[in-house]
Amino acid sequence: MPSPHPASRQRPKYYDINLLHLPMPGLVSIFHRITGVVMFLFLIPAVLFVLQGTLSSEAGFNQWKSIFAHPLAKLILLGFVWSYMHHLFAGIRYLLLDVHVGTALEPARSSARIVLALGVIATLLVGVRIW
Amino acid sequence: MVSAAKKIPVGAHYGWKDWLAQRVTAVIMLLFSIVIIGFFMLKGGVTFADWKELFRSQLIRILALMFLLSVYYHAWIGIKDVLMDYIKPAGLRIGLQVAVLLFLLGCTIWSVSIIWGV
Repeated sequence: MPSPHPASRQRPKYYDINLLHLPMPGLVSIFHRITGVVMFLFLIPAVLFVLQGTLSSEAGFNQWKSIFAHPLAKLILLGFVWSYMHHLFAGIRYLLLDVHVGTALEPARSSARIVLALGVIATLLVGVRIW
Repeated sequence: MVSAAKKIPVGAHYGWKDWLAQRVTAVIMLLFSIVIIGFFMLKGGVTFADWKELFRSQLIRILALMFLLSVYYHAWIGIKDVLMDYIKPAGLRIGLQVAVLLFLLGCTIWSVSIIWGV
């Protein structure tokens, strides 16, 4: 369909929103953002609730202790642990990039891989510790 | 006499305070994280008495609040950036930013009351 104004013609749009198609540094970056938002929404209030409950009384402390003994609670905890650890390691990588360490393409890709691996390893270590 | 506005709304210096604060709070949290994770990984079976005793120390209370304040400031800058990226209508964006600020302010007050209420 021809249009009198070439600029107003419908141009094809293509958004590749599949995260798996991102290069490693992009994956680390979007996970950094997602984990940040998730921790803001859920981890901050959860930590305050647990802190309040466990410090209020012996009964409250024991109640949270039995909640954390439940496998589902441990899984949720591990989800938060991964979020925290990934965000932390990705943050260290950004601090290094700020001071021009590892800014070339290859080091940036391998450091991104290391960040992803460290987040998973730290989560597994905590998993072993709590199970 | 009307003088020209001194503030430059665009350019390379705009936002450097947020940029720096994000990194300073990150380093504070990193240092505290090492101590907190070390405590829980090494010391198994924390009892209520241990836990309560820990938070009776004024030093621990101040350090815990410093950590949480770093979290809240860091979260404010981070969430503000995310909102600026994705929420285009100005009214909605400002409304959400105010909600985030109020939430974090509430968390700050709540934190103080928990830590000093032990």
